[in-house]
Amino acid sequence: MSNGTLYDKVWEKHKVAELPSGQDQLFIGLHLVHEVTSPQAFGMLRERDLDVAYPNQTFATTDHIAPTEAEKRERPLTDEQSEEMLSALERNTSENGITFFGFESGKQGITHVVAPELGLSQPGMTVACGDSHTATHGAFGSIGVGIGTSQIRDVLATGCIAADKQNVRRINVEGELGEGVYAKDIILKIIQDLGVDGGVGHVYEYSGPAIEALDMEGRLAVCNMSIEGGARAGYINPDETTYEYLQGREYVPEGEAFEERKEYWESVKSDDDAEYDDVVTVDADDIDPLLTWGINPGQVIEITDSVPHPEDFEARTDREAAEQALDHMDIEPGQSMLGYDVDVAFLGTCTNGRVTDFAEAAKILEGHTVDDDVRALAVPGSETVREECEARGIDETFINAGFQWRRAGCSMCLAMNDDSLEGDEVCASSSNRNFIGRQGSKEGRTVLMSPAMVAAAAVEGEVADAREFLSDDPAGGASGVEEAAD
Amino acid sequence: MSGENHITEVGGTGVPIPGDDIDTDQILPARFMKEVTFDNMADYLFYDARRDDGEFNDHPLNRFDGASIAVINSNFGCGSSREHAPQAMMRWGVDGIVGESYAEIFRDNCKSLGIPAVTTDHETVVELQEWIEDNPDGEIDIDVENEEVSYGDTTIDVEIDDAMKEALVEGIWDTTALMYSNRSKVEETTADLPYVEGDD
Repeated sequence: MSNGTLYDKVWEKHKVAELPSGQDQLFIGLHLVHEVTSPQAFGMLRERDLDVAYPNQTFATTDHIAPTEAEKRERPLTDEQSEEMLSALERNTSENGITFFGFESGKQGITHVVAPELGLSQPGMTVACGDSHTATHGAFGSIGVGIGTSQIRDVLATGCIAADKQNVRRINVEGELGEGVYAKDIILKIIQDLGVDGGVGHVYEYSGPAIEALDMEGRLAVCNMSIEGGARAGYINPDETTYEYLQGREYVPEGEAFEERKEYWESVKSDDDAEYDDVVTVDADDIDPLLTWGINPGQVIEITDSVPHPEDFEARTDREAAEQALDHMDIEPGQSMLGYDVDVAFLGTCTNGRVTDFAEAAKILEGHTVDDDVRALAVPGSETVREECEARGIDETFINAGFQWRRAGCSMCLAMNDDSLEGDEVCASSSNRNFIGRQGSKEGRTVLMSPAMVAAAAVEGEVADAREFLSDDPAGGASGVEEAAD
Repeated sequence: MSGENHITEVGGTGVPIPGDDIDTDQILPARFMKEVTFDNMADYLFYDARRDDGEFNDHPLNRFDGASIAVINSNFGCGSSREHAPQAMMRWGVDGIVGESYAEIFRDNCKSLGIPAVTTDHETVVELQEWIEDNPDGEIDIDVENEEVSYGDTTIDVEIDDAMKEALVEGIWDTTALMYSNRSKVEETTADLPYVEGDD
């Protein structure tokens, strides 16, 4: 059993009781609500005549079904089901005194983008949301867990979930990232090393020099994809980077209160001599950009490597998954992913829909245009992100390059709005899941990668190495880049 | 089954759902989550996998209609936390699951719904899946209390997560009432958390 880790400390502080099942009743300090997984839970509350126990710890926004084209956000929404979901959320939140960040608030967006940027997510908290990517908030040094709808009912009615304490695996990420290599590449590397079910039964504590060097946006991207590695939660101990990010944000206390709160944040950090159930080291020194070649987020290679042969895998399950992936993606073992035709470029999501993600992609796009055969979507993770990008002129770079600059939402990550792959289109995507059918078409193909790599793929019309766009070459790109600076 | 909430045993005919890492996007594609209740979810279970060009194909769920016990492989239910996935299975008719392993949120959701999700090794699971193919009308019983699954002349030992077993057998898998009764303890916990202001 772990001892003295942030996970142990935060768990103990939030543990209410041990339940007869042997599970712990854990208080949830921040409950994030969206339109898709909550209406049934509010319905269950009404059936049982229960009130929301902690409305002040509960915040809602709309993301999954949010139309990203400005004209489609007028009410009532043209899609009747979407309108019904959004109306239900408005009604449920207003009846229960829950703050709702709707379209008119200017703060609407993906829960996992909105809560961090408003300062709602803080160190030493427990965070729950009916969404598996709640692990994202662990970037601040909190325990963030995705829950199902019955558990949402539990949190609404009692402020608590019934939960099993997990083992803690420390993942030391050694080394330094080169130019054109990002947090996204680190987490893809970790999933490549440990597998898509490697984290089952564990929470991941990410540490080491490569993690400490990341800004908050990068840390959010790493923690976000903990679930893709099978870990229900992942976190990073808070440090000065965390505190600097938090200072001045809307829901963060100011002045003396900030200093007091900081004492609490410091107190939950893992002790130097903390005990872990497991410690692994991942070498990120000089890794090349990574991307997926298959149909689960563990089917990953560095861009300089070739697609593996099924026989390369020891485990039967991995061999079978590889066969299925090669078939779905229509690729051959031994081939390079460089040059793999791309039809759609999608930039955004709770993984990579933050200002720095768009800024990094903009560096690639500067002076280039999107390939004629590529449909390119830039979807800010929140309206706050959109406004900041627009204030900095980042949107201009995207628009000039030929991207559609959209409003905030989950968009083509899971295609619950109008943004969807069609037929067997290939999407270069900054999202987190390449499951069959995930982006709205059962024949659709998803290649996960960093925002910079998405931008490079958009320009080339095929998978490309973004680093070639970042070279000092005054032509603004390397060989093969047809659309040189004008 | 004895009593209203006590789930000690479930049984019925089986349906094999072979494959590792079957994610909840496959079990219940996202586009069918645009409903504010779970009422129609059974209609969307494995919607894409069960159809070719709009017509039902030979997916096991099409061939083993009326089954109550699903037999799955490893890391079943990974990905999205959507409870829509086990809700769809339950509403389709699944009362219990036997398999190699489950993604955690999926297993938690099964517990919330009172669906026993037991595990055994790969070979045993494959044997059971083959047995179902040969015996589509054969009865499979999951004995939650004794951690056994029986079918035909065979009885196998299975494992079930301690908390899930306790919750099902004792009939306390719906945790809302249980936790609600600890309201005063919750207040004690929140009093020591500097970031929680009293909710009045």
